[in-house]
Amino acid sequence: MNEATPMVQIRGLSKHFDGVVAVNNVSLDIQRGELFAILGSSGCGKTTLLRMLAGFERPSSGQILIDGVDMTEAPPYERPVNLMFQSYALFPHMSVEGNVGYGLRKEGLPAAQIRERVAEMLALVKLDNLAARKPDKLSGGQQQRVALARALVKRPKLLLLDEPLAALDRKLREHTQFELANLQYQLGTTFVVVTHDQDEAMVLASRIAVMAEGRIAQVGTPAEVYEYPANRHVASFVGNINLIDGVVTDAGAGRATLRCEALNASLSVVCEDAPAAGAALCIAVRPEKITISRAAPEGQDRNVVKGVVRDLGYFGDQSLYRVRLSSGTVLQVSAQNLRRSASLTIEWDDEVYLSWEVASTIPLRS
Amino acid sequence: MRRRSIFLISVACFGYALLYMPIVSVVVYSFNASRLVTLWGGFSTRWYVSLLSDDKLLAAAFLSLRIAVVSATLATALGAIVALALHRVRRIPGRILLSGMITAPLVMPEIITGLSLLFLFISMASLIGWPASRGALTITIAHVTFSMAYVVVVVRSRLAVMDESLEEAAMDLGGRPLAVFFDVTVPMLLPALLSGWLLAFTLSLDDLVISSFVSGPGATTLPMLIFAKVKLGVTPDINAITTIIIGLVIVAVTTAGLVTNRRKAASA
Repeated sequence: MNEATPMVQIRGLSKHFDGVVAVNNVSLDIQRGELFAILGSSGCGKTTLLRMLAGFERPSSGQILIDGVDMTEAPPYERPVNLMFQSYALFPHMSVEGNVGYGLRKEGLPAAQIRERVAEMLALVKLDNLAARKPDKLSGGQQQRVALARALVKRPKLLLLDEPLAALDRKLREHTQFELANLQYQLGTTFVVVTHDQDEAMVLASRIAVMAEGRIAQVGTPAEVYEYPANRHVASFVGNINLIDGVVTDAGAGRATLRCEALNASLSVVCEDAPAAGAALCIAVRPEKITISRAAPEGQDRNVVKGVVRDLGYFGDQSLYRVRLSSGTVLQVSAQNLRRSASLTIEWDDEVYLSWEVASTIPLRS
Repeated sequence: MRRRSIFLISVACFGYALLYMPIVSVVVYSFNASRLVTLWGGFSTRWYVSLLSDDKLLAAAFLSLRIAVVSATLATALGAIVALALHRVRRIPGRILLSGMITAPLVMPEIITGLSLLFLFISMASLIGWPASRGALTITIAHVTFSMAYVVVVVRSRLAVMDESLEEAAMDLGGRPLAVFFDVTVPMLLPALLSGWLLAFTLSLDDLVISSFVSGPGATTLPMLIFAKVKLGVTPDINAITTIIIGLVIVAVTTAGLVTNRRKAASA
């Protein structure tokens, strides 16, 4: 196959369950060697999409091409695709070695070759000393690595991972995230990770598709999805954000000025082809882009509002403030605690200024 | 508080005594040296020895065992298939009705089951000429019919807690449906199949009513023989056979229980 052909081509894929639309006309290309994440809340259709890629669900319409070959109707055992299940689905009656070797035995490889490839794979996931154990005698992290080895040992063209880290505790999850990304880089296999956890998607993936209600809302790099969300849904699903509705009062030269009743303020936003004066426009700003201060802020080209601190969350590395404006609207602000201090410089009920760069303001088309 | 607990304990003791005293007395009197069933005449194993020379009784015992093994095996195979079908195929019309009907033999009076099976065999014989005569074959068929229901219940409860992604994983790794069935499904169901088999074996071994209905000349199972003997008066050798059967049933039921529990503990 041509090197330029995407590894996965999904064309107009839909799936209905008894009249309920789970996946709605999804088209997507996933490149060779990519670590691609499909991100969405539960019930957004991401698992159905994954199961159609693996061959467990038959699409209602549309096409799936894997490495240029139409696989829409192929059963799971005829696809060059392996899936790592969320529950790991390790065979409890087989040892670690038996689990990892199962796929190769079904391929009918000679025993010596199977042993060699299983040993190689177990060494790669650092489980070579546990080959004879049964899965129920392993820790959660070890089980996860057995599941990964079992899915990778067949050298699939595409590896699907269903919530690969969801069952691990937080410390282990952070560690495993980087291991998984490194492994993918070493092997060069195309990975597709399905997750509801935005941190997981951001850390792991080179590109993310955000799904909502069976459709793809946005595809882009983690930074694109975070800093340039395509719409309200993506903006509020990925990370924390303050959404502000306004009416355009002045537009032109790549920027617009809005009157925001909810904030009782006029704000500016950098925006190509801004809607004409009088049109509604939603803008958004991330909590970490806002500077909180007791003195009036200096500097040009900033949006400034005033309010009172209603809530304060201290997380050690950062503090989260909920600031109530005179109009009653509450904005979220996060600030890094850059200096070591036992007392907080800003306290409850303090009057504060909130300011952020005009360029950090996100215009959102609904 | 204390008074109440003494009361509860004595009620429990009374209940258990009611259940087990007759069985214990049968076992004890099977070692009675005396010919009189109700009189203790010292310890002896003479009744067990005399069993060995009773050809009729040995023949009946072997027939019962043969029927039990064959019918338990068939019931396990068929029951497992029914359980899988009811569990997997979601689109059978009237699935709830079917799954209710499969368990009906559990509560159906044995007389009715026996009688209806007898009618069935008679009308089959006159319509298609098979089974030509009633005997071991018809008893086996009858036993499969009712013990299958128990197997279905046992296997379905196992299927309900089985992780379906195990089979999907096997398929994802290149296993074709038949290979997946033998590589994953059967090993996962093995404890249920084993305890289902033992249950069916026990049910078949001690069935009297249904066997009596569908049996023919020459096919006398052990329970039928014992029942016939008792009608002429209880002799000590019956106590001996009964004790052996009790022993067999205890072993089978305990094994079934152990197998199920150990698997549960292992998967927990």
